[in-house]
Amino acid sequence: MAVKTAPASQAALQTSTQPISSELEVRIRKRFANPEGSFNLNVHFRALAGFTIVFGASGAGKTTLLDCISGLANPDDGRIAIGGEDLYDSEKKRNLAAWKRRIGYVHQDLALFPHLTAEQNVAYGLRALSAAERRTRSREMLAAFRIEHLRDRRPAQISGGERQRVALARALVTEPRALLLDEPLAALDRPTKSSLVGDLRRWNQHHRVPILFVTHNGEEVFALGDEVIVLDAGSIVAQGLPHEVMRAPRLETVAQLSGFENIFDATVLALHEDRGTMTCRLGSGVVELETPLVRADVGSRLRVGVRAGDLLLATEHPRGLSARNILPGTIRQLEQRDVIVAATVDCGGTEFEVHLTLAARDALQLGAGKPVWVVVKTHSCHLMRM
Amino acid sequence: MNWEAFWLTVRLAAIVSTLLIAIGIPIAYWVTYSRWRWKFLVEAAVALPIVLPPTVLGFYVLVALGSRSPLGRWWESLTGHTLAFTFEGLVIGSLLYSLPFAVQPFAASFGAVDSKLLRASASLGHSPVQTFLRIVLPLSKTGLVTGFALSFAHTLGEFGVVLMVGGNIPGVTRTISIDIYDQVQTANYSSANQTALLLLIISFIVLSVVFGLNRYGLNRRPWAVGPWR
Repeated sequence: MAVKTAPASQAALQTSTQPISSELEVRIRKRFANPEGSFNLNVHFRALAGFTIVFGASGAGKTTLLDCISGLANPDDGRIAIGGEDLYDSEKKRNLAAWKRRIGYVHQDLALFPHLTAEQNVAYGLRALSAAERRTRSREMLAAFRIEHLRDRRPAQISGGERQRVALARALVTEPRALLLDEPLAALDRPTKSSLVGDLRRWNQHHRVPILFVTHNGEEVFALGDEVIVLDAGSIVAQGLPHEVMRAPRLETVAQLSGFENIFDATVLALHEDRGTMTCRLGSGVVELETPLVRADVGSRLRVGVRAGDLLLATEHPRGLSARNILPGTIRQLEQRDVIVAATVDCGGTEFEVHLTLAARDALQLGAGKPVWVVVKTHSCHLMRM
Repeated sequence: MNWEAFWLTVRLAAIVSTLLIAIGIPIAYWVTYSRWRWKFLVEAAVALPIVLPPTVLGFYVLVALGSRSPLGRWWESLTGHTLAFTFEGLVIGSLLYSLPFAVQPFAASFGAVDSKLLRASASLGHSPVQTFLRIVLPLSKTGLVTGFALSFAHTLGEFGVVLMVGGNIPGVTRTISIDIYDQVQTANYSSANQTALLLLIISFIVLSVVFGLNRYGLNRRPWAVGPWR
């Protein structure tokens, strides 16, 4: 739910001028260390104007990548260019200092200047302008992010969501050539998050610069992404539109990151091209699932991911249901986790994790040993390459 | 109570600690941010006056200021008299003597400024020097006042360097600690006690200010998270 913006603020988001098309090109290598050891960041991609999500577990090299682009860290070699201008090129021995790059960078911990007010923070990057101009521009930006009333407050005196807005406004007011956002929404509640995303989108509609948005939250990928880059242990393991990357047969890391509780090895038994589905057998068991059709041959092996929250349980064999997969099984175990119940259901040797509400458990009088049917929609089955 | 010596000493301490702000900030900046591998040698040299007997330091300053050294000759050709046994000579000796008491609190407070702020400043288009002036210095106020106060108090009480470099010329180089020494030499204990007590009280006040400041900050600490939040 995005909060509606007042007309005055709308204007501020639109009046700036910067129609220059700027494509960010990155091709770098850099050794970096995380708690699991030492990795090589080795990436090559282009980011067009708009959101590019950089998705990956912590330690995958996301922050190292942004540090290199912003100039706060030096790659081992490679090239970084924006709108055709080299920011870094190891062959040409070019390495533009961070403060000359005009790349906005908002880090997860914001780094607002504690001794300056919100307005002074926002005006900080407008060094080259006259005092009057600085004032006009920073007030416009404060209005656009709906934090005008906080302009004389210092960072310690405002809330987390407000600080986030100040940090974004401070980076955007300088009209950067690209914007790097390192998990800028991680600490926010959902309504704050979506209204901030709305503001950010609106700004981007009129500035058209590449925005690299780092996250390890799968939901944010779908909410924001024009393009997704999946980073694992320093390498790009998948790249494309969000639904392609997250749903199509891809590497298992993507599935784990995006939160599939059920991941099975599967063998393709039959293709039903007319229906857009195929039949897969899970593991060495007897369970067969109808799944969406992907490019695969009969007999080939894939991995299937299913979210525990996408599965249904029934105590009688359901009839008149659109779901194609109705599997008989037995509850092995019920475990309450906060407000959800995780049921482990054994279907002929294959175990599914199913998430239910407390109310559903009580209404169906579920317990260990109870026979049930697991209902799996075809399109809840996400196929991944092994 | 020798007020002439007292005011001479206060003047010396005020000049020295003010000059040390100007000299100490660039040195502390360099000590904080340099990545030169031999930096520790410079740090050790700056800290020397803390451990060196003042007579040793005073001796070498005297030699350096005398008419046999290039510096002394240059000063003599400029002004017609030698630096040794003058108030200016005293200032130079005291600058060296109190240098670590300014540089170390400065460098400590510069180093305590969160590096994330420096990174943010760079990505907002500010050069390292601009960042230093607009972010590091304002956030180091406590360290700057501490360095100023400590070097003031330290200069106030110096004895060995002053005696070696300045001698004991009333109104020119006779400082308060030398005056106390003189009074004790002439068995004038009650006068010595008055002067000593005054120096003790002033030093205590200055140090109380320093520690109070470091405990509670300057009058306004906008970045502090108070109990009202």
